This record gives sequence, structure tokens and C-alpha cells, in this order.
Amino acid sequence: MAEIKKATGVIDWLDQRLAVKVLAKVLMTEYWIPKNINFLWAMGVVLVVLFKILIISGIFLLMYYKPDINLAFDSVNYTIMQEVEYGWLWRHVHGVAASVIFLIIYIHMFTGIYYGSYKKGREMIWLTGMALFGIFSAEAFSGYMLPWGQMSYWAAQVITNLFGGIPLIGPELVIWIRGDFLVADATLTRFFMLHVLLLPLAIILLVAVHFYSLRIPHVNNQEADEFDFDKEAKKYLEGKKKESKVVPFWPVFLSKDFFVVGVALTGFFYLVCYHYNFAMDPINFEPANNMKTPAHIYPEWYFLWSYEVLRGFFFDVAGIAAMDIGLAAFGFANVIFMLLPFLDRDTDNVAPAHKRPLFKYWFWLLVLDMIVLTVYGKLPPTGPNAWVGFFAALAFIVLFVVLPIITKMEAKSGGEK
Amino acid sequence: MREFKILAVVVFFTALIYWGVEPFAHSQMHPHVAPADFAFKDLGANPKTGDAKAGEQTFLSAGCTGCHGLSVANIPAPMDAAAASGSFGVVPPDLSTAGLIYDRNYLAALIKEPTKALKVEHKFSETRPHPMIAFYGVGGDIDQEIADIVAYLQSIAPKSLSDKEVYADACQRCHDMKYDKVFSATDKTALKAYMGTLPPDLSMMIRAKSKDYLETFINNPQKNLAGTSMPRVGLNQKAQEQVINYMEKVGDRKKAERDDLGYKLIGFMLIFTLLAYLWKVKVWREVH
Repeated sequence: MAEIKKATGVIDWLDQRLAVKVLAKVLMTEYWIPKNINFLWAMGVVLVVLFKILIISGIFLLMYYKPDINLAFDSVNYTIMQEVEYGWLWRHVHGVAASVIFLIIYIHMFTGIYYGSYKKGREMIWLTGMALFGIFSAEAFSGYMLPWGQMSYWAAQVITNLFGGIPLIGPELVIWIRGDFLVADATLTRFFMLHVLLLPLAIILLVAVHFYSLRIPHVNNQEADEFDFDKEAKKYLEGKKKESKVVPFWPVFLSKDFFVVGVALTGFFYLVCYHYNFAMDPINFEPANNMKTPAHIYPEWYFLWSYEVLRGFFFDVAGIAAMDIGLAAFGFANVIFMLLPFLDRDTDNVAPAHKRPLFKYWFWLLVLDMIVLTVYGKLPPTGPNAWVGFFAALAFIVLFVVLPIITKMEAKSGGEK
Repeated sequence: MREFKILAVVVFFTALIYWGVEPFAHSQMHPHVAPADFAFKDLGANPKTGDAKAGEQTFLSAGCTGCHGLSVANIPAPMDAAAASGSFGVVPPDLSTAGLIYDRNYLAALIKEPTKALKVEHKFSETRPHPMIAFYGVGGDIDQEIADIVAYLQSIAPKSLSDKEVYADACQRCHDMKYDKVFSATDKTALKAYMGTLPPDLSMMIRAKSKDYLETFINNPQKNLAGTSMPRVGLNQKAQEQVINYMEKVGDRKKAERDDLGYKLIGFMLIFTLLAYLWKVKVWREVH
């Protein structure tokens, strides 16, 4: 047992028992971040802030929400939106944050792709990040069901139905997921459980692992400059702050992040109060009605690209049903980003995309293709739209098929390091 | 400066996606329709000038009171709500306020050819007649008689109504507004059989459909939703605005609070951002 002395103060008292001084050093004042970064490196902290906003607003909503198909809609739209003081604010904040967090996730993710921050020791950061993306998707989908509006119901209907396409166990799996033969009360209650308990718990745990996975390989920088963190840290501690290539997480790195968070939240509150329809679809203010199919069923914007990959394959090929091809492509789209570190065969080169002769084209083509998929994922899939969707979906798959080839070529030619 | 270039790229792609999935996609899914027509031009205008005194006589002898009440003139509805629902599918309106809330030309056209004015010709025919029987005149010039009836209804109507009263007379025979605890008097089973589907509760319709949509939809439902069994009710511009106001008061009760709080939240964040920036500059001066 440690030797406990009479404490000289609260900090010392805590330090003797919890080693808070070491902890603060490890987590804050001597956690080293490269200096050569730009504001895109602040997206992680923006995500943490948004996730906290979601948890806090979610707790307030949870006090009044009723997970029952006969009560859910009114508990949200009447009790929370009208009766409870500032209930509308918590709901708008929750709805808008859920949408905005995906925008930031995508920016964070494409920053990682652009700057090659998924390889050469950083694979676990990427893998835990993509796992978070998957769970966030499930979290968003389950949350969208809770107000039990028209789109809640019909999106649940369409998405749970997708599992029916899985060979052998499909139809039974759909019933197992729904807890009923139809999307019904049992479905709402279990998705409520997922949304407020199991998935947030998984997210919190994974976030911890995601942070931890950064410790050993360290954060990348915008020039792929490789240096000895210990040496640079020593310089910093010796007072050669300007010369050192690193800065501590607190206060230097976070001081910049607070500013970026401030800018992000200014825009966020504008959206919450004045421009929220993109995140709170008006159709969902109509109560769920299983007798009335909405004219257009579409997921929230952040799922549109993968939804369009699913819809894009709209005709049978060589006896294989369009639906099955679409499902296979959809499955591909949902796991392929996970495999990115292993598809990029130029494993040693962590240079940003603009310093890679072929990868830079690949990156921007991917961005453009995903935007086309996103936009056409919302449009009615008729006439020329269906063909644009088809070619964009095909292009998405081709891009990932050629990735190992072009990166291998880059590796052979040596590239710029 | 590099940070600004990167910001421009991020903003550009974000804006592009936003434009694609919001304004552009919505313009494709819900094509723009012509603005509301409060003159009801398709019905033509009745050339005659009405005489309210003569209209009163015509109104009484034309058989209107066989179905309609006229409470301002102490004429009660001939049937109670249950019996009227059973007979007509929907409770016929009391006409006391008709002269105030409905357009004059529209009323004239409605009396002459109900299904045409209501735009429900796709639902009713000779074999399935509309419960409101067309007026065939009481022996004189039919257009004059109709003009007289309309003049009479206008003469007895109140000078103004509250938003909720307009809503009650214009919409409440079919629709519920449960967040304001007002419910249709019509029997639900009869109403469902009559309309083909139960007309929706309107509590949250202002958020579900937006003001813009409601402005053209209430004026002429067929324009936004071809084939719907909702009739064109013929509200004049002021009455329709009052209905939409009422819907907003019920469905978006916290709008004023939201609009007001927005400035404060944004203002708070701007101050936070400014202070954060100054602190950042101070901290980074040491390391750059």
C-alpha cells in the first residue's frame, strides 16, 4: 500500500489516492499532438461535443417520451413540443444534432482518408472509427423510429424488410428483429431499448477505445511528417516551444478546438431555431398510418448514398433478381470502408492525397460519386434517375475494386514520400 | 491561406449536398403549383347584383333549411349530428357565417353546381349524387335568385370572427384538432364511409405541410393532391389566412419563443467564439 501522508490540499489528497497529477499529464498536459495540423483536426472534439449534446438532450426527452405506438406521437409532438417548458428546444436540439453529427462524421472520415490516417500503425483508429460509424447509424435509425410518424413507420418497414433478403434465414430474421410479423408495438419498444440503452453504451465504450487507439501511433499531421514524438516532447518541455513539432492536448490543442467548436455551435443553433426541416422531416409530423404509404419514402440524408447503392441495381442480370444484386451491393457498401486500410496497398506512404499521383483522383472521384449517390438516393428512381443511380452505384463498387491496383502501382513507382 | 482554402472546399461540398437533397430534391418530388386563386376564375362570375331582402324569401322557399341550420336567424339545423351524419355522411354546415368566410362567386357557383365548385366531380355522379342538391331555381331568373341568396347570407353574417371560429365553420365538420381539444361533430364511421378515408387530425399539419403548401392546398386541394376526396371549400383570402393562423397557433405554439430564443443562443455562441479565438491566439503565440 502506498504511503499516505497528511495532504497539503485537495489536489494532493486526491493525488495520493488517484494519482490525478499523473493522470492529468497523461491525458492532457503531456498528451502530444503534432503542431502541423489544420482545423479539420478539430472534428474529433466537435463530435465529442455534439455527442454530449445528444446525450443531455436525450435524457431530457426521455423524461416525457412514451414508447408505445398509441402514445409515442403525442408524447413527442404534444407533451414535449408544447406542454413541457422548452421541450421543443430539447427536441430540436436532439434532432438537428443527430443530423449534424453525421456531417461532421463524414468530414472526419474523409479527412482520415485524405491524409492517409488509416494505415501504417493507425489501422485500429480507423477500424474503431468505422465501427462507431456503424453503431451511430443504428442509433440514428432506431431514434428516427421513436416519434412514430409516417416516415418513422415506413422507414422501419423498408429497412427491416431488407434483412429478408439474407439467404436461408431472411424471413425468420425479419420477424425476429421486428418482434412481430409487422412493424408494431413490439418493434417500437425494442428499438427504444436499443436507442436509449444498448447502442449509447456501445458508443461510449467504443469512443474510449477509439481515443486509446490514438495513443500509440499518435495523431497524423498534414504533411505526413514522421518524427520522434518523445524527442519533440522533450524539446517542448525544455521550453523550446516554437522549435518543437508538437503541442500538448491541453491547453494548446484544445484552445484551437474550442474556437472551432464555437463556430460550429453558432451555426448549429441557427439550424436548431430557424432551419431544421432538413433534420426533422415534415412528413414525420404526420402520425404513422399503415394504410397510407407516403408518396416518397427515403431515409435521412446521411443514409442516402448507401440506399442508392441498394436501389441502383434495378434490373435482373443473368437470372439474378435485381433486389438480390442490390442487397449484395448494399452489404458491400456497408463493409468496404472498414477494409480501407487493407485495400490501400501503398502501405508505407502516409502522404496526403494531393501528394499521391493516382490516389488523389481516386479520392475526389469517390467524393463526387458519393454526392451523386446521395442526391439521387432522394429523387424518385424513375426514368433517367434510375440510370444515373445505376452508374453511380456501379462506379462506387468499381472504385473500391481498383483501389488495391492503383495503390500497388503507386507503391511500385515509389511515389513521393 | 491554407485553412481558408480547406474551409472553402468543405463548405462547397456541404452546400452542394444540402442543395441536392433539400431544395433540388423537393422541387423534383413536389413540382411547383400555381399560386392560390381567390377569385375562383374557373367558376366564372355571376353577372347579377343580389338583393338581400329578396334573397331571404328565396332562401326560405328554396329548401335550403331542409338540411342547413341558420342560427343567426333562429333557424335550427333540422337534424341532430348523429342523424345528419347517417343521412349525408357529414353534418351539413350552419350557414350563419357563410357570407363572411366564403367567396361570393364561389358561393354562387356552389349553389348552382355543387360538385363543380367543390371539385369533387371525380367522386360523385348521377348514380352517386352529392348530398347537396343543385339549386334549380324557384321560377324566376336563376342567376338573380342565386345572387339574392348570396346577398342575403352576406347581410346576416357577422362582421368578423376569431381564427378559431373560422376554422370551426370551415374545417371542423370533417377534421379533428385534438391538440386544441376540438373534435368533429360528424360520426366517424359515417364520415369514413363518405370520404373513403378518415380525414386527418390537423393538430400538427402546419409542421407536416408548411404554410406555403397549405396556402395552395386549402384553396384547391386537387392542385397539390390530385384525386383527393377533400373538397375545395371556397374560403376567401382573409378566412383562409385565419384558418392557417389557427393551425399555426395549435401545431406550432412555441414558434414565437423559438424565434426569440434563437437570437440569444446564437449571440451567446458568437461571444463564446470570440473569446475562444482570443484565447487561442494568446496560447498559440507561444508555440508558433
